[in-house]
Amino acid sequence: MSDFDWSSIPGALPFLLQGMRVTLQITVVAIIAGLIWGTLLAMMRLAKNPLLSWFSAAYVNLFRSVPLLMVLLWFFLIVPQVMHNIFGLTPGADVRLSSAMVGFALFESAYYAEIIRAGIQSVPQSQVSAAYALGMTYGQAMRLVVLPQALRNMLPLLLTQAIILFQDTSLVYVSALADFFGAAYKVGDRDGRLVELLLFAGAVYFVLCYAASLGVKFLRRRVVA
Amino acid sequence: MGYHWNWQIFLSATPSGGDTYLGWMLAGLKMTVALSLAAWVLALLVGALMGVLRTVPSKALQRLAGAYVELFRNIPLLVQLFLWYFVLPELLPTAWGNAYKQINPVLQQFLAAWICLGLFTSARVCEQVRAGIESLPPGQKNAGLALGLTLPQTYRHVMLPMAARLVVPPLTSEFLNIFKNSAVCSTIGLLELAAQGRQLVDYTAQPYESFIAVTLMYVLINVVVMTLMHHVETHTRVPGYIGKR
Repeated sequence: MSDFDWSSIPGALPFLLQGMRVTLQITVVAIIAGLIWGTLLAMMRLAKNPLLSWFSAAYVNLFRSVPLLMVLLWFFLIVPQVMHNIFGLTPGADVRLSSAMVGFALFESAYYAEIIRAGIQSVPQSQVSAAYALGMTYGQAMRLVVLPQALRNMLPLLLTQAIILFQDTSLVYVSALADFFGAAYKVGDRDGRLVELLLFAGAVYFVLCYAASLGVKFLRRRVVA
Repeated sequence: MGYHWNWQIFLSATPSGGDTYLGWMLAGLKMTVALSLAAWVLALLVGALMGVLRTVPSKALQRLAGAYVELFRNIPLLVQLFLWYFVLPELLPTAWGNAYKQINPVLQQFLAAWICLGLFTSARVCEQVRAGIESLPPGQKNAGLALGLTLPQTYRHVMLPMAARLVVPPLTSEFLNIFKNSAVCSTIGLLELAAQGRQLVDYTAQPYESFIAVTLMYVLINVVVMTLMHHVETHTRVPGYIGKR
């Protein structure tokens, strides 16, 4: 049993903070892009046009049946080539961060789409009828009547999904990108203090996610009565 | 794009000989299925126990199970895996740690992956089991106690048989998740499906064929599990609860 030596952590804090910034960047971009694309997917799924709803269902089911790790490997493979072909970037350019963002955004949107679809369906049909009776168009009814109410119902689930996403970003480890976990692992590996750094990373994730989940619980009681 | 497609690659022999690349893939598939099923058994056992503890009258036991769930739900799976694989052997008494490091490396990886995946999923199973037990009408428990059954007997003969059937549909998605989550175990070098796919890329430089094959195998697992669970759901459905999810 080794004796603990935490001395390599204080000096590594700036590097770890830099890693946390990468983690948060990926999380925030994936949440915003995922919400927008997820909302569109959910509306397509509920649309009358069979082609749109089929496309949305196929997209969501495909992404939901493949492991996130596999999705990330795909995007670390494809995005650099696409960037190379379209923007003429050199193949050696480091696009791992953008690859990760694209991968997480497209993956998360499949999960968000399901939550949003359930949220939209939780709004009574009579609300839509009333909006149409007032002369609103489909877009207006969606934007002014259905989505605000749906958002209220699905907020806790969306936030819980965001916490899961925050945890899942650690998987960019497979591309050796230095997110918070990657940074902790690198420091531990360099100093031969892997045990301490892994425990530290676990503790940080636990504190942040537990605090966030308490916040969601509080919100659930306040907002969704 | 100028990419050279070569689907025959799966039939060519590996450099080490004695096997084709397709053989590697199938070995990976076997490992993924074995790991996931083994972890699922562990998750069901621990999850059911913890789920029951969450509903018993003792506040101390409720808190214990609650803390267990929060611990496993708020740390990323990858971090948990590294904690089991790299950290635990160092924290055990020296003799145990050394004994663990003596065993076959593949078995070491499998053990760490099994415990990690099993306990990670057990926290989720626990919450489903708790929800199942709490959804029972309180009259069932009261009736059991009124008949003179002890609390354990009431659980054993009245509440659990009913709750077990109610939790089958929500557990289906956890069962699907365990197969997907098992891909994370490729990071500690366990040669399951995703790891075999990456190994194939390194050996053949044909990334698209190998990733497409791996992705299709995960989709296949998904379809098989869903079909299977659909049958289980129809057989265990409680009359009068039909359609209630």
